[in-house]
Amino acid sequence: MTTFRTLSGTATYAGIFGNSELVHLLKRSLFGVKQADLLAFQGKSLITVVDTLLTPAATPAPPVNNYNDSNYTDANVAAGQTWVNAPYTDGATDSRRTTSLKAWWLGRMLNQQQSIEEKMVLFLHNHFSTQTATIGDARYEYKHNALLRQYALGNFKQLVKQITLDPAMLRYLNGYQNVKTSPNENYGRELQELFTIGKGPNSKYTEDDVKTVAKVLTGYNVNAATISSAFDATRHDTTNKQFSAFYGNKLITSKVNAAGATELDDMLDMIFATNECALYICRRLYRFFVYYIIDDATEANVIAPLATIFRNNNYEIKPVLKALLTSDHFFDRLNSGCMIKSPIDFHVGVCRDFGIVFPADTDYVNAYYMWDYIRTQSAIIAQNIGDPPNVSGWAAYYQEPEYHELWINTDTLPKRNQFTDTMVANGYTRNGKKIGIDVIAYTSTLPNPADPNALVSDVLAQLYAVTVSQQVKDFLKAILLSSQLSDHYWSDAWNAYKSLPTDAINKGTVIMRLTAFYKYIMDLSEYQLS
Amino acid sequence: MRRRDFLRAAGTAGVMMPALVNGYAFKAFGASPLMSALTAAPTETDHVLVIIQMTGGNDGLNMVIPIDQYANLANARANIIIPQNKILALDGTSMTGLHPAMTGLQSLYNDGKLKVVQSVGYPQPNFSHFRATDIWLTGADSNVVLNTGWAGRYLSQEYTNYPIGYPNTIMPDPLAIQIGSTVSPAMQGPSVNMGLAISDPNNFYNLINGIQDTAPNTPAGKELTYIRQVSQQTQEYGAVIKAAAAKVTKQATYPTNNTLADQLKIVARLIAGGLKTRVYMVSIGSFDTHAAQVNNGATETGTHANLLQKTSDAVKAFMDDMKGLGTSKRVMGMTFSEFGRRIKSNASAGTDHGAAAPMFLFGDYIQSGVLGTSPAIGTTVGVNDNIPMQYDFRSVYASVLKEWFCVSPDILNNVMLNNFQELPVIKDTAPCVSTNSDILNAQAGKNLINNYPNPFNGSTTINFESQGGHALIQVFDSQGHLVRTLIDAVQEKGSHKVTFENQGYVPGPYYARLQNGSLQQVRTMMLVR
Repeated sequence: MTTFRTLSGTATYAGIFGNSELVHLLKRSLFGVKQADLLAFQGKSLITVVDTLLTPAATPAPPVNNYNDSNYTDANVAAGQTWVNAPYTDGATDSRRTTSLKAWWLGRMLNQQQSIEEKMVLFLHNHFSTQTATIGDARYEYKHNALLRQYALGNFKQLVKQITLDPAMLRYLNGYQNVKTSPNENYGRELQELFTIGKGPNSKYTEDDVKTVAKVLTGYNVNAATISSAFDATRHDTTNKQFSAFYGNKLITSKVNAAGATELDDMLDMIFATNECALYICRRLYRFFVYYIIDDATEANVIAPLATIFRNNNYEIKPVLKALLTSDHFFDRLNSGCMIKSPIDFHVGVCRDFGIVFPADTDYVNAYYMWDYIRTQSAIIAQNIGDPPNVSGWAAYYQEPEYHELWINTDTLPKRNQFTDTMVANGYTRNGKKIGIDVIAYTSTLPNPADPNALVSDVLAQLYAVTVSQQVKDFLKAILLSSQLSDHYWSDAWNAYKSLPTDAINKGTVIMRLTAFYKYIMDLSEYQLS
Repeated sequence: MRRRDFLRAAGTAGVMMPALVNGYAFKAFGASPLMSALTAAPTETDHVLVIIQMTGGNDGLNMVIPIDQYANLANARANIIIPQNKILALDGTSMTGLHPAMTGLQSLYNDGKLKVVQSVGYPQPNFSHFRATDIWLTGADSNVVLNTGWAGRYLSQEYTNYPIGYPNTIMPDPLAIQIGSTVSPAMQGPSVNMGLAISDPNNFYNLINGIQDTAPNTPAGKELTYIRQVSQQTQEYGAVIKAAAAKVTKQATYPTNNTLADQLKIVARLIAGGLKTRVYMVSIGSFDTHAAQVNNGATETGTHANLLQKTSDAVKAFMDDMKGLGTSKRVMGMTFSEFGRRIKSNASAGTDHGAAAPMFLFGDYIQSGVLGTSPAIGTTVGVNDNIPMQYDFRSVYASVLKEWFCVSPDILNNVMLNNFQELPVIKDTAPCVSTNSDILNAQAGKNLINNYPNPFNGSTTINFESQGGHALIQVFDSQGHLVRTLIDAVQEKGSHKVTFENQGYVPGPYYARLQNGSLQQVRTMMLVR
């Protein structure tokens, strides 16, 4: 008899919504768990919290020129002003703008509001993967990013249409070179294989469908001056487009002149009329927000009902996320703590977990330096936002059988530990500014830091998605106690510091112990899990 | 006499042991790698394979140019064809030449150290990057999904107990190394990935040791166990890698601004530093040249030319370095890409996803030359026309395993999961041990699960050691499907056995997986007719 991981499904979760459930929900829908968010949500109902998380965030101000320096000045953009509407000048400028965009994006993650939006932007970036290195113009990339942001909690089908017409995507997958005399099927293939239908067991579209989709999509070009796309009927294939049995033998009759552009709508209607489309997208969401293993029970009890909700709501994203995040399945004990943090989730999560203070947005030179430092940390362990490895996105979200385990190996795990060790010990300094974990400030936000037992429990309840034994807690407490046997040694040290914070010795005493304590907690494998 | 010693003695003497192998004459195996597998000892060899992945789908027709088809090829891809007078000639053939950027490989060829295998592919080619890549990395049929990589299967046959009991005196080094931050699925074994990812041999970071909880039997516990294993590997291999790297203080000059050269330089250092690691994997990309593959008016230059030059220069520098370090006889290399590209170019001076393409094999012991004929190009080429395959890529893998790693046909079947045509790849003069080596033929690792008899037909008895607590014994087929769960219960500390009955299963390799607390180990069992 086959055994399933769990049989739980999409019925609304009616169990206890306590601290551990709240932490689970926040870890999955935000990056890390900020103490302030935890406090703000505590005591609220599951529905209230989820409704808040599903509220779109305010549109952020665009990235700015942070990159003028002694060697370089952007003649078209004043320092501190946005470059997104400025003319393209040369590769050197564009390279600085691309770095600015990536840093800005990382900054949006660090400063995320109580909304799932930033995580959805990352989900969509992985799903509709593009690479700045290929697109080669930061202004296109910004528009693309803004598009993902606009639709992150909007309508998925409309988003697919906008992505199809998106100048960055037209460049990235050669759509602008797809003309009737010489079809380029790159986008037509990925539209089905990666963006809508996928390669699930019942995905039966054919090689001919790839070619036919490419024909429907002939004739779009990009205006480099306005960074917009347009339909050129003279380059559009005017033959009738016959699709396979997978698409119900759909025939899209050719339309002439400007009406040729509406063939795209007919085709998207056809694609979104398949059952497979919603199933595929729901599997992708599942692997991003819940776990990577989808067995037959999960397919039947979770994926299929979510796909029905998706279709019944005309591909609105919110109802699906709401059903998932309030489901029995999401709060199934077996689904907690099993997500290996992606590099971005890890690095941004560390900063938010500990409330690391960054330079203010107005101090844009230093803020961008620091945001880009964090971004680079993720990039060197294989998650460079803006530049996934290829059009399939990051392998951790599709590569069987390892999936998320691909994030962790003998190269990346030590680098994760090095980062947390750096943050908790010396911090990172540039241009006279420093970011790092202020162990005293963070510890002071906890309810009862003078009691080492409470301190250990409260910290772990926030930082870990898995529970640990009393033995491990005792071991951690021993770090705070410097292996002394009485709890009061810690309490005395903490209280002494609090009564006279300016005393360097009192302060040094608690910093030394807290630093070793948090370092150990973050070095343990448990901290890699969300 | 311990059973293991007895087997080894019996094998060497070629004694008939029908009871052990159920009708198979043991003599047929002699002191073969099958015997080694039964006694959990790796084959004696100091050979190394370096795999170079050219990601994105490389246009083989502009890399290895069929001069005898030139007119038709020029007709099919007028906007990207390499001018005939620029093609690099190869000694002894007028049919085939190399892209003008590949002077390094040209000189290797003319030195008798490079082999071109024409039109390598597989039936029913797939045109999706990631599916085609999976096919190449796992060695699967086009319509079959495998959960293991071909190199991973090979290494799991050689080092049956990995990672339990490793490193040890017999195999103190990583089995396979990927230069980079992600281990290739090619190295995925039935239980764990057999490879180690490093990007800098000097920059290992010591993880902490300390107290830890037993991982729970939940998905979170599964991931926790995985992360802890990686953490342990990091510590175990950090020192040997650093030590090997430290032994090599002078290397030949490598080209700069060439990521492949950077990677191969590390590989050279580790090989010359004495690591017994058998497989290295490096990569270069992206060859996905849908547009602007060549420069207008100078088609021998452009994106593709740059990539080919980097590949060629890096390989040449690597082989020169290996020679200078006195280890070139231990090394062979192999290039591959997930697919070739269309015969006909598109209007964007590029090429779309195609099918078969040539592979390069290089090394001192390579049988040089061009294997196969030039792909035939018709007078009219359709936009969807592809090069048909002449050789299955798994024939190349199988030939490398057999001729370079001295793998027996029986073991080869367990690795390649089919019987593939053998190609002449390695010179007959190549011994399995190319240089004086201190590799010993002895057991390696700690054996927690084994079975008897093996191979088997009717039934086999699985013996396993429990450390106490919950134990799970599952049997998987070669595609990773769970066939049976034999034990799923608390087992007292000590030795246990359970019988696996053949209930009409398809003959082939089956994997018995033991999971006990945080330990897991896989035993390969061969079901025969």
